[in-house]
Amino acid sequence: MNTILIVAEHRDGKLNPATAKCVSCARAIGGAIHVLVLADAAGAIAAEAARLDGVGKVLVVERGENAHALAAVLAPQVAAAASDCTHLLAPSTTFGKDLLPRVAALRGVAQVSDIMAVDGAHAFQRPIYAGNAILRVEAPADALVIGTVRVASWPAVGTAAQAAPIEALQLDVVLPSHTRFVELRQGKNDRPDLQSASRVVSGGRGVGSAENFALIFKLADKLGAAVGASRAAVDAGYVPSDMQVGQTGKIIAPELYVAIGISGAIQHLTGIKDAGTIVAINKDAEAPIFEVADFGLVGDLFKLVPELEQALG
Amino acid sequence: MKILVGYKRVVDYNVRIQVRPDGSGVVTEGVKQSANPFDEIALEEALRLREKGIATDVTVVGIGPADLTAHLRNGLAMGANRAIHVISATPVQPLTAARVLLKLVEREQPGLVILGKQAIDDDNNQTGQMLAALWGRPQATFASKVEISGNVARVTREVDAGLETLEVDLPAVITTDLRLNEPRFIKLPDIMKAKSKPIETIELAALGVESADHLKATGTAPPPRRQKGVMVRDVPELVAALKAKGLL
Ligand SMILES: Cc1cc2nc3c(=O)[nH]c(=O)nc-3n(C[C@H](O)[C@H](O)[C@H](O)COP(=O)(O)OP(=O)(O)OC[C@H]3O[C@@H](n4cnc5c(N)ncnc54)[C@H](O)[C@@H]3O)c2cc1C
Ligand SMILES: Nc1ncnc2c1ncn2[C@@H]1O[C@H](COP(=O)(O)O)[C@@H](O)[C@H]1O
Repeated sequence: MNTILIVAEHRDGKLNPATAKCVSCARAIGGAIHVLVLADAAGAIAAEAARLDGVGKVLVVERGENAHALAAVLAPQVAAAASDCTHLLAPSTTFGKDLLPRVAALRGVAQVSDIMAVDGAHAFQRPIYAGNAILRVEAPADALVIGTVRVASWPAVGTAAQAAPIEALQLDVVLPSHTRFVELRQGKNDRPDLQSASRVVSGGRGVGSAENFALIFKLADKLGAAVGASRAAVDAGYVPSDMQVGQTGKIIAPELYVAIGISGAIQHLTGIKDAGTIVAINKDAEAPIFEVADFGLVGDLFKLVPELEQALG
Repeated sequence: MKILVGYKRVVDYNVRIQVRPDGSGVVTEGVKQSANPFDEIALEEALRLREKGIATDVTVVGIGPADLTAHLRNGLAMGANRAIHVISATPVQPLTAARVLLKLVEREQPGLVILGKQAIDDDNNQTGQMLAALWGRPQATFASKVEISGNVARVTREVDAGLETLEVDLPAVITTDLRLNEPRFIKLPDIMKAKSKPIETIELAALGVESADHLKATGTAPPPRRQKGVMVRDVPELVAALKAKGLL
């Protein structure tokens, strides 16, 4: 039988919703599902993980060195913890993308990046070329399967009636000191989280300036939506980089996505393919965003966005 | 200090990708190929470190088929001192690329290896992390700012939560994000100069790395297409449409 180990992502004592999506992927593979929590203080995180539907066991490694998610520090622990497993998964967020290939190399196996569908315990589908093609791959049947999970492709599992047991794991591994955390600068933001929000409003170069982005924020607040941006808007300094949606930013799957002043380059579209409904507002009727939009509205965003915001009451 | 730079050739990011009808891959014949955008950024960063007097020698590395020479010449024209071409008739997967790079690292003893965060063909985002693991050295992935002082690199990384800064001891592996810099354009005289710069070629087999494909590709398909939607005339029509779908 398969034993699937999921590396939990967490910050500030809370489990990242991406972990619950990895559990969905693990259930599609089938087998016993364990969650590994590496933290300096794991209590609340482990308790949350134990409540995810389908999880059989939560393993905890509590060490001061695990206060920050440094791949070089976490990787040897994960590589050791996965020794009895058939599969090792983590979300395809910057956390998982940083960590898992390091583990894969320590174990001498390949990694399947961005699993979007499971065809069998060793057969997977993943996007390549910015999502313009879907590749089917088979991992060797006799080796540990390591994969990152494309979170936009998987629903979060619900809450289990009964919490899974939580066990401390003793690992005898030496941790390096060559990599040190200095700081994390976060945009102060009390809006919904971009990666898990059910509604997202994004602005592009067409918005024109950081000041004008107030229009986007106002509309988002009316909708209770998270705010995203195109690369061009980030590069121009309108908003911080953690708001970028697309191939090299965040891949998201909200129920409603509103693209404002965004042309719809393939690198942007790859980040929103799984959105439920896409609305586009653009003054150029030929903009490629209209090829994928469920509802398109041609016109000047400086007129239409305030009007829309008003209409929402 | 020497810097090794990954310099992969990929289908140009502007090309409309077409999947071969038999599902054996995407069409690459007769299609414009360019340097992986993240690798141009990696090379630019290395050149800037050389211009600041921190690096002495910048070497671009390409692993690929015999006709990769012209591509590597572009790296030399941009300013690299030399190129190493590891010849492999078939594309290599990240673990193999990392093992190849490790061999070159052992020989060249660079203070820094700068790779792209991902190659935009297979979008794997693995090679730098794998090399760092095999080498037993630090990794600073998704870099948007690099400052070197003495034996330490202070690297700002674009992570989901914001901007994270790490300090890593050298030697180390850095992978680039888009906002690290804007690569310079190649000028005509530089293309002439590049002709006399050295390109070393090595057969992959001669490096003694295990290079079997680890993952077997069993088919490539076009992605499911979204249905083209409707155009609405004005805001009230948009609001009505969203209400009708239960979204408002
Ligand atoms: C390797 C690589 C990775 C990339 N990754 C990403 C990524 O992750 N995410 C991403 O978004 N991009 C990415 N890009 C960039 C991408 O190719 C595009 O350049 C970018 O998405 C364009 O952003 P934009 O649509 O805001 O700007 P533009 O293409 O300039 O479009 C602006 C739009 O605004 C409209 N507009 C202007 N004024 C108004 C107005 N007053 N009212 C209404 N509409 C108006 C215009 O008609 C136009 O359609 C990547 C590129 C590369 C090479
Ligand atoms: N065949 C190759 N030749 C040169 N560099 C490579 C090759 N494959 C991977 N790399 C480097 O590794 C980075 C990440 O690639 P990947 O892990 O495939 O997404 C690229 O941006 C390159 O810098």
